Amino acid sequence: MVDYRIDRHSGVATYVQIVQQTKQALRLGLLAPGDKLPTAREVVEATAVNPNTVLKAYRELEREGLVEARRGLGTFVRRSLGAAPADSPLRAELEQWAARAREAGLEREDVAALFTAVLETHYPAPAHPQMQTQAQRHRTRTHHPAPHTTSQGDPS
Amino acid sequence: MTVPAIEADALGKRFGRRAAWALRDCSFRLPAGRVCAVVGPNGAGKSTLLALAAGLLGPTEGTVTVLGTDPATARPEVGFVDQDKPLYPQLTVAETLRMGADLNPGHWDERTAARVVAGGDLDPNRRIRSLSGGQRTRVALALALGKRPALLLLDEPMADLDPLARHELMGVLMGQAAAHGTTIVMSSHVVAELEDTCDHLLLIGGGRVRLAGDTDDLLAAHTRVTAPARTPLDPHTVVESRTTGRQLTALVRPAGPLPGDWRTGAPSLEELVLSYLRNPGAPDQAPPPDTTETAA
Repeated sequence: MVDYRIDRHSGVATYVQIVQQTKQALRLGLLAPGDKLPTAREVVEATAVNPNTVLKAYRELEREGLVEARRGLGTFVRRSLGAAPADSPLRAELEQWAARAREAGLEREDVAALFTAVLETHYPAPAHPQMQTQAQRHRTRTHHPAPHTTSQGDPS
Repeated sequence: MTVPAIEADALGKRFGRRAAWALRDCSFRLPAGRVCAVVGPNGAGKSTLLALAAGLLGPTEGTVTVLGTDPATARPEVGFVDQDKPLYPQLTVAETLRMGADLNPGHWDERTAARVVAGGDLDPNRRIRSLSGGQRTRVALALALGKRPALLLLDEPMADLDPLARHELMGVLMGQAAAHGTTIVMSSHVVAELEDTCDHLLLIGGGRVRLAGDTDDLLAAHTRVTAPARTPLDPHTVVESRTTGRQLTALVRPAGPLPGDWRTGAPSLEELVLSYLRNPGAPDQAPPPDTTETAA
């Protein structure tokens, strides 16, 4: 199950946050094919956002083929994303690496910077326009999940 | 096409023949199922508008139609929470809810009402008179929601609630909208709070409607512009412009494509509202009542 958390000051449109958090849960294996997403009512009661925002996010996920709405039943996961479930060997290696970094005396920001630098080397991000044209109404569609926020943990 | 939740046509109200108009020439249409924010400075006419829609005041001129009929006839389907949260002070919380059930036979939503009250850890045996302002708000909202109205009119509903109660009750309101398609109209001064909850905006100033429409459409119609100082902005409609040193920043309603060398961005709802509030003389944009029935 996903528990959406809306950050009102992130500059990322709310529906995009819901899309991203769903994808994150799919990547981590917290959501698997066949799982039911929370209903719009459940999400809005927990987050106090407009129901249309949730429906818009679900429509976007549906358009990408990740979920499907079944009339009267709810919205269900169709396929999962990526190959990095929460319990994969890669994650275990990363855990060990993070523990070693900590032993070596690296601060949280040092680790984040290091990780981002390596990430950039192996996965160059697309160009990131500073100001967008009026046609692109929704700010930050090109987002990259660099761990430069210090307040957030793992969505679970 | 569904019946609009509220439709006002040249609506005006003044209290006494010599008094200034509290609201005048107010025309708009609010489609059903929207969550609508009513914003405007103090004394703008927000409370007057809500009381007119609730049928507690009669218009001095013009008309207001609620759920396709006149406000008095629509009343069984309308929930109204006044700014002052009028309740019977000598009744207990439980008695107040029982009164709600008795006054709304056949359509009283016991569970929702009880849940709203329970969220505040309220002792059902306490008298209304002994409650704090925020607790009274909770009871008033429980009554309004228990009625399971098609239209909820809320005048500053969150003003005296603590942040936790605000979030919880806003969630309950959104849940009602999600589950029953309830149209919600709420006035507020906290614009940031409305950004994520409202999909329709009614901006009132100086007794008239200055902006009305779905927030997505309103935001799409405005652009934040940065250009060198003294750049002529016409033919675009300027809501606000400011020059700092060599740079001009403005909020405009583009009349056509903007020059490519201007830096542009989409405003947030808060920026949009604040720009209009700061500039009472900025041109209004109230789309004609027939064109607002769009968007999902």
